[in-house]
Amino acid sequence: MKVSFYYPFRIYSFIPHGMKKNLTILLLIVISAAGFGYAGGQREQKPRLRLATTTSTENSGLLGSLIPAFEAKTGIKVDVIAVGTGKAITLGENGDVDVIMVHARGREDRFVKEGYGVNRRNLMHNDFVILGPKNDPAGIKGLTSAVEALRKISTSKSNFISRGDDSGTNIKENHLWKEAGIVPSGKWYKEAGQGMGAVIIMANDLKGYTLSDRGTYLSMKDKIDIGILVEGDPELYNPYGVIAVNPTRHKHINYEGAMTFITYITSKEGQDVIRNYRKNGKQLFYPDVFK
Amino acid sequence: MNNVFIHAAGLILSGNREVYFIAFTSLKFAVSSTTISTAFAVPLGIVLSFNSFTGKRFIVIILNSLMALPTVVIGLLLYSLLSRSGPLGNFRLLFTPMAVIIGQSILSFPIITSFVYSALAKTDAELPETLETLGAGALEKNLMIIRESRAAVLSAILSGFGRVIGEVGVSMMLGGNIRWYTRTITTTIALETSKGEFELALALGLILIIISFVVNFSLHMGIRNET
Repeated sequence: MKVSFYYPFRIYSFIPHGMKKNLTILLLIVISAAGFGYAGGQREQKPRLRLATTTSTENSGLLGSLIPAFEAKTGIKVDVIAVGTGKAITLGENGDVDVIMVHARGREDRFVKEGYGVNRRNLMHNDFVILGPKNDPAGIKGLTSAVEALRKISTSKSNFISRGDDSGTNIKENHLWKEAGIVPSGKWYKEAGQGMGAVIIMANDLKGYTLSDRGTYLSMKDKIDIGILVEGDPELYNPYGVIAVNPTRHKHINYEGAMTFITYITSKEGQDVIRNYRKNGKQLFYPDVFK
Repeated sequence: MNNVFIHAAGLILSGNREVYFIAFTSLKFAVSSTTISTAFAVPLGIVLSFNSFTGKRFIVIILNSLMALPTVVIGLLLYSLLSRSGPLGNFRLLFTPMAVIIGQSILSFPIITSFVYSALAKTDAELPETLETLGAGALEKNLMIIRESRAAVLSAILSGFGRVIGEVGVSMMLGGNIRWYTRTITTTIALETSKGEFELALALGLILIIISFVVNFSLHMGIRNET
């Protein structure tokens, strides 16, 4: 007996024509209803909380342990939208998310000052590192100043891969170039416009330098040849903040959920989740409320 | 490269709940949106094929041009409409499955219409008339026309389906790539690529092609069997 993939369609062909028409229409209705129903059915008892955050917290896997812990404790379902810091802030300004978790202090303060956000809290930190190839053509290994390192990279015209995406890391990088008094341009300076992981891979393939947060670097360490050349400069400090979107500006905002979230991640319990998160046996983030 | 196939096979066979959920989400979005756009596109294609009126050529040109619209642009346009600060913000659709389905419906509509139009334009121009003389009503007539050229109409619908199940712009912009909610195969591929997990991304790409193949294969076989 030949029973194949299209067996159901054979049965279909035995159904009288008139009935078939109705069945087809019924099938279409069911399928589209499934689509609509899914969208509608998801609005359960407690309203979902929308969190816009940076790719570094998502890519490093931290949210993978932080969010389930929060959901289990409070019963609030969190929708994580992982984008660059710049876009996360825009989503907050438009009222498309309820809470943001980002890393660019200057922008965060402006967000609050302009009335888009309220209740900003310091959350945690890690640091940035400058990655580069082992042969180190710019000779920056061991320098204690990030600005000095960028100067050397630019004078030696060694490949430098920039995020170029208005992310927190990109904002930090631009700040460092400004400090160095350099407007980076030329063939050696490549703006990728991509996430941290992709940029590290590019730097690795082009044997170039890049600025990365330590967390993403550690999570990719096994796959790449480039390594840390400059670290420990206070300029490379990378603090993360969490801010609720201002409910007087956007009335529909899930402010209660946002505040529950902020309270949780700044509580002893939430801070412990951050402290205890390990990737390849290494701690990636350091809590700032309960140190 | 071998690793990728092993990885993909492993993902499929391991029964990983998240992989299945993601694949199911992709399929659900694509099937829902293709169904919605088909409901509008096929009738419009029939109207265009068997009627001549002023402006018809212009409509066809517009539809053909819209096929070139980048998915991200459709995503952006709808984002500005659906954003809480946009005109349709009160519906709270942004970053929901519904938003993705709306975007994908708009995306596949011009493709299906154009393809239905060009397929039907090749059928016997006297077919509608013949059917009328045989005493067919309007609905019956149109259903017969579709029946007569069902292979071509199916191809048109499957082209639309192919476009939406493989797109990433709309799903990313309007769905937000939210885990266990709006994360599809394509947005997962984008995410895994950004993390440098190329193997996993390729394995997911393979799964996408398999799904697309199964859908195409079953529908084509189904229609062949019906004759």
